[in-house]
Amino acid sequence: MDITIQHLTKKYGGQTAVDNISFEVKTGEIVGFLGPNGAGKTTTMKMITNYLEMDQGTVMINGKDALDGSFKGNIGYLPEHNPLYEEMPVMDYLAFCAALQNVPKADIPAKVRDMIKVCGLNREKHKKISELSKGFRQRVGLAQAMIHDPEILILDEPTTGLDPNQIVEIRQLIKDLGKQKTVILSTHILPEVEATCDRILIIDQGRIVADGTAESLRKQAQGQQVLTVRIVGGPNPDIQETLKNIHSVHEVVMLNESEQRYELTSKENMTSNEAVFQVCVQRAWTLLEMIPSETKLEDIFRDLTLN
Amino acid sequence: MKQVVIICRREINSFFDSLVAYILLIAFLLLTGYFTWIGGSGDVFFRKQADLVVFFQTALLTLLLFIPAITMKSLAEEKKSGTLELLLTKNVKDGQVVLGKFLAALVMVLIALLFTAVYYISVSRLGNFDHGATLCGYFGLLLLSSSYISIGIFASSITRNQIVAFLIAIFIGICFLFLFGILSNSTSGFLSDVFNTLDLTQHFSSVSKGVIDSKDVIYFLSITGLGLFLSEYVISKRK
Repeated sequence: MDITIQHLTKKYGGQTAVDNISFEVKTGEIVGFLGPNGAGKTTTMKMITNYLEMDQGTVMINGKDALDGSFKGNIGYLPEHNPLYEEMPVMDYLAFCAALQNVPKADIPAKVRDMIKVCGLNREKHKKISELSKGFRQRVGLAQAMIHDPEILILDEPTTGLDPNQIVEIRQLIKDLGKQKTVILSTHILPEVEATCDRILIIDQGRIVADGTAESLRKQAQGQQVLTVRIVGGPNPDIQETLKNIHSVHEVVMLNESEQRYELTSKENMTSNEAVFQVCVQRAWTLLEMIPSETKLEDIFRDLTLN
Repeated sequence: MKQVVIICRREINSFFDSLVAYILLIAFLLLTGYFTWIGGSGDVFFRKQADLVVFFQTALLTLLLFIPAITMKSLAEEKKSGTLELLLTKNVKDGQVVLGKFLAALVMVLIALLFTAVYYISVSRLGNFDHGATLCGYFGLLLLSSSYISIGIFASSITRNQIVAFLIAIFIGICFLFLFGILSNSTSGFLSDVFNTLDLTQHFSSVSKGVIDSKDVIYFLSITGLGLFLSEYVISKRK
C-alpha cells in the first residue's frame, strides 16, 4: 500500500511540531525518519496511524483519505516507549492484539506461535509482561505490531533496548518484511538507517531537510572527492609536486612524512584515482594505499540539523 | 460488536488478575450485608418486614463508592501508561473502547448483585415477600449502576490520575444523589423543578419500591448515554 502525505501540519499551542511535510512511500520501500529529539518524527507517525488529529494536510493510503481510520487494520504500529498491558502474560497479550486486529479466531494460536518464534520470545511466552526485561518487552512490542501481517508497518525506534545480536536479527526481519510491505521507521542510530532503509528522510524542526538514499545524500553533501594515498619509491617533495600537477587535483596535503601519506582533494565534479595510478606507473613508484574518504552520515546529519 | 466484547473480556480479566475485583466484592457484600441483617435500626429483623428495602437503600450509597473504584482506572490508567494509544491505533473505534469498558464494569456490578441473591432467597422465606417489587428494585439498581459507571468512566477520561478520577466520580455522584435534592428544596418555581428532576434519590426510590415509570428509566438511561458520549468525545479529542 502506498502512503501519500501532503502538507501535514501539527501545532502544539504556539509551537509547530510538524510544519508542512509532504512525502510519499511506495510499497516495498523502507523509509527511515532521522532527526534530533523533538524534530517531529513521532508526531508525524502518530498522525499517520490516526492517533493524533492533524491541523492541516492529508494522509492518503492507496489514494484514499485515511482520516476516518478505515485503514487501521492494515497498519502495524509500534509506539514510542512501547506501552504494554503489564499485567498480561505474553501469549494472552498477543492473542488479544490479534483478535482486535480481526485475525480470524481459528488462526490466532498459529499467528501467536509464529510471532513468538520470529521475535525470539519462546522462553518468555508464559511470563507476565511486567516480568520481562527491556529487550524482551521491545520484542513483544514488535510482535504485536506484526501479528496481523499488516501491509503497512510504522515503527517508532524499533531497536532500542535490544542486544547487538537481536538488533541484527530485527533489522534483517524488517528488511525482509520491507520487500512486500510499506515500512516507516524512526531512529537515532545512524548506521541503522543505512543498514535497513532504502530511503532516508531527515527531519528537523518539523520540516524535511533531506530526502534520498544514503548514497545520494552523501554525494549531495560531499561535492569534492577526497582521496588518501600512500606512495613510496621516490623522494617526498618530488611526489608531492607531481601529484599537484595532475590536472584534476585541487589540493595536496602531506599527512605523514615518514609513511609518505597524502590527502588529495579533487576539483569539483572530477575524480583523480586513475590519474594518480598512471603517474605512479610512469615514475615507477609504488602505490601502497588509495582510500576514498567518504563523508559520514553523521557529518551530513550534523550539517543539516545544526544551523 | 466483536471488538467491544474483546475489550470487555480483557478488562474483566484484568479486574480479577489484580485483586481489585475480590477486594471490592468483599467490601460491597460486607457493607450491604451488615446493614441489611445486623445493622440495628432498619435491618430486616428490626423492621419485621420481609423485604429488601434496606438493602436497596444501602446499595445506593455503597455503589457510589464501589463503582468509581472499578471505573477509576479504566481510561486514566491507559492514558498514563500509553496503552490507550496502542488500543486506539488498532482496528477499533473510540466508542467501542468506551463501550467495552462500560460493559466490563457492568458485568462486575452484576456479579456483585448476583451474590446478593443469597439475601433475596433468605428474606423471601421469612414472610410475606413481594417478588415483583424486589425484582423491580434490582432492575433499579442496574439502571443506577449504569449511570454511576458512565459517570465514573467520564471522570476517568478527563484525567491521567486514578485518584483524581475516583474523586471526580464521587463528587458528580454526590451532586446527583444529595445536592440536587437539597437545592430543589431550597429554591422555588422553575429552578426547583429542574433540580427536582435531576435528583437521583427521588427517581431511584420509586423504582426500588416496585414502581417502574418510563420517566425514571429515561432519566437513568439519559445519564448513562450522556456520560458515555462525553467520554468518547474526550478521548477523540486527543492532542
